[in-house]
Amino acid sequence: MRDFWNRFSQHKGAVLGLVFLTIVVTIAFVTPALFPVSPWKMVQRPFLPPFTIDRFPLGTDALGRDVLAGLAYGAQVSLLIGLISTAAALLIGIPIGLVAGYFGGRTDDVMMRFTEFFQTVPSFALAIVLVAIFQPSIKSIIAAIGIVSWPPVARLVRGEVLSLRSREYVEAAILSGQTHFTIITRQILPNTLSPIIVLASLMVATAILLESSLSFMGLGDPNLMSWGYMIGAARTVIRQAWWLSFFPGIAILLTVLALNLIGEGLNDALNPRLSRRVK
Amino acid sequence: MSQPVLSVEQLYITLPPGADRPYAVDNVSFDLLAGEILCIVGESGSGKSMSAHAMMGLLPEGVEPSGGTIRYAGLDLLKLTDPQLRKLRGQRIGMIFQEPMAALNPLMRVEDQIAEVFEAHGLLTASERRARAVKLLEEVGIPDPPKAAKAFPFQMSGGQRQRVVIAMALALQPEILIADEPTTALDVTTQAQILKLIRDIQKKRGMAVMFITHDFGVVAEIADRVAVMQSGRIVEAGTAQAILTAPQHDYTRKLLAAIPSLATSAARATATTAPLLQVDGLFKTFRTSQGMIRKTERVVHAIDDVSLTLHEGETLGVVGESGSGKSTLGRCLVRLIEPDAGTVRLAGTDMSHLKGEALRAARKTIQMIFQDPYASLNPRASVGRIISEGPIAHGVPKREALAKAAELLTLVGLDASAIRRYPHEFSGGQRQRIGIARALALEPRVIIADEAVSALDVSIQAQVLDLLADLKRRLNLSLVFITHDLRVAATICDRIAVMQKGKLVEIGDTHEIFTRPKMAYTRLLLDAIPGREMEQAAVVKAS
Repeated sequence: MRDFWNRFSQHKGAVLGLVFLTIVVTIAFVTPALFPVSPWKMVQRPFLPPFTIDRFPLGTDALGRDVLAGLAYGAQVSLLIGLISTAAALLIGIPIGLVAGYFGGRTDDVMMRFTEFFQTVPSFALAIVLVAIFQPSIKSIIAAIGIVSWPPVARLVRGEVLSLRSREYVEAAILSGQTHFTIITRQILPNTLSPIIVLASLMVATAILLESSLSFMGLGDPNLMSWGYMIGAARTVIRQAWWLSFFPGIAILLTVLALNLIGEGLNDALNPRLSRRVK
Repeated sequence: MSQPVLSVEQLYITLPPGADRPYAVDNVSFDLLAGEILCIVGESGSGKSMSAHAMMGLLPEGVEPSGGTIRYAGLDLLKLTDPQLRKLRGQRIGMIFQEPMAALNPLMRVEDQIAEVFEAHGLLTASERRARAVKLLEEVGIPDPPKAAKAFPFQMSGGQRQRVVIAMALALQPEILIADEPTTALDVTTQAQILKLIRDIQKKRGMAVMFITHDFGVVAEIADRVAVMQSGRIVEAGTAQAILTAPQHDYTRKLLAAIPSLATSAARATATTAPLLQVDGLFKTFRTSQGMIRKTERVVHAIDDVSLTLHEGETLGVVGESGSGKSTLGRCLVRLIEPDAGTVRLAGTDMSHLKGEALRAARKTIQMIFQDPYASLNPRASVGRIISEGPIAHGVPKREALAKAAELLTLVGLDASAIRRYPHEFSGGQRQRIGIARALALEPRVIIADEAVSALDVSIQAQVLDLLADLKRRLNLSLVFITHDLRVAATICDRIAVMQKGKLVEIGDTHEIFTRPKMAYTRLLLDAIPGREMEQAAVVKAS
């Protein structure tokens, strides 16, 4: 564990990303206390530019709502959707990859064709269709993101399993009479975890982007203030009120960047041999 | 005697902090004389390769020479800049590596790879380079050189590839050839040919050869002088004759004693007991199809009509070169690979047609020990779990299985406290002991050992072989011992089956096979064992 931390902390960007993400998570947690007023409530005159009134440092939007409060509540929504939809994608992708890789042959063929079916449909288009069919709500958004993002997980896990399956310790487990289920869960799965963790950290970033895009298109949960919704609502007034789309945009950019840096750091720390940072 | 062409004086190579010792090479001095073959022998981790790599400026990151000199032609190789060193490499000092496939570019024709050596040093014109490549291939004894020059490395056998690597090293007529375990990855018959080639070329060109090896048999075949290394130090150096026949240092003596002897005695042949494992007419064919449009099918008859019997309490050796089907045979016996046809009867039950639950139950009687001590233990499971998983899967309560695991660990010569530790905390030999404990956990009657000691150093190898022989006697086990090493087979096996290209060539008592082989192929294998002549000469002298 200490080794892991040492290797991770050698990656300066990853540490920076972790610090930034910690800040975002903290904000998400303390938001209700900091901003007791709903972000939907009109609190000042519309189009108040940033840095003019101390109480509303980032100004207000077209309806006089506090942009800073919107950003803080948006952090909650973005992180929640990012994490849960990634968990959903892992829950679908990992079992499919494990079964396909372990049993091989016909099973593998059927499952991989099924996976390819999802991969060939452009994921964003599919997500739009799914959300439109099921009505925009936080549940349908999470489900849609989960459904469009599991195929890479399944492919990655399958590849790992294919190489682990012929390891001698797996053969030894077969010989000692362990059931397929025990072999998959106790011998193979633990050894595939490091690439899965790395991929998952990057998937959270993608999920946040997907949610923002959906909200931008007006397909967000109408009851939740999210970064994508803020940008989407501000696009018509982008020339009069730049700050309305600029600050949420920066929030998305930095969060996604932080997650990507963490993913890279995790990769270097978990696979020290494959590390690109040879020095 | 001749002049030293290269002399190493008080060389120190520092390891990065946290390694098991401060110096990889610790105050090492030796001379390489013109026209001699100097063998540097040692077990893994002795620093033998490091000293050679230091000469070529090829040390890995974090490992640095921290003292001493390597003198060559009035220069100190350790003080040269990269461009100066590059001029020397290839032109004055050539090098051959262990793994020929890794030393060659898989996507480049052989002649281009050899021509590249001239090109790198800006010599000759393109057509001259190509002509020289063919001449060099001829010199290293590749059949049909013009055709071989156009081939890709993957179209050649392991021995031919190593010949190409040697041709590349010889291209610029270096004064010194450094060979780092050049025959370790090769079959025994190929090894014999490559050793002869290196010796012939060395004589013809009068080169100095520094030959790094772990195998004393190879030393006996090729060396003029020998330096023995142990944990970074040279413990003994001298002429090959002196070191091999009258070693002075304890470590050298220990290494020499650990080499499995080829001497077999007729008395070992056991009285025939009841047959335990009967293999009848076993076949296994692998088919791989290549190409998208025109499918060309490659058919390999891995096992081609093999029948044999293993008696109770017997050790049956299965020997053969790589690709002979010996490992496939072992895996077919335990049904890790499904045979195409034939039967495997284990204590009366036909293993080859069992399914599901019945197969799981039957496998208790037949267990396997694997080759690679690093790949055969799950890195994320504790040793206790690794050993107890089998019994638990067969319904033994966990507490009982763990107690049994602790007992087994003591039985294989490890401390019972090892149960809580993880595989990476153990050395190769210790890991192999854990693998043996795991195989024993299910109380099998037959154990299949697939190259079980091949990855181990010779002194560790001897210990593990002793352990296996002892366990076999105490637990009345029957062993199928698969190996490419005839010396190992001679020490442990009662009977030996020789395989070639999937077919069973010959089967008989070990003593019979070694003294009166019936088939030509068996004789070929026996003649190729390195150091055999020397050992026989010693036996004759002693008697």
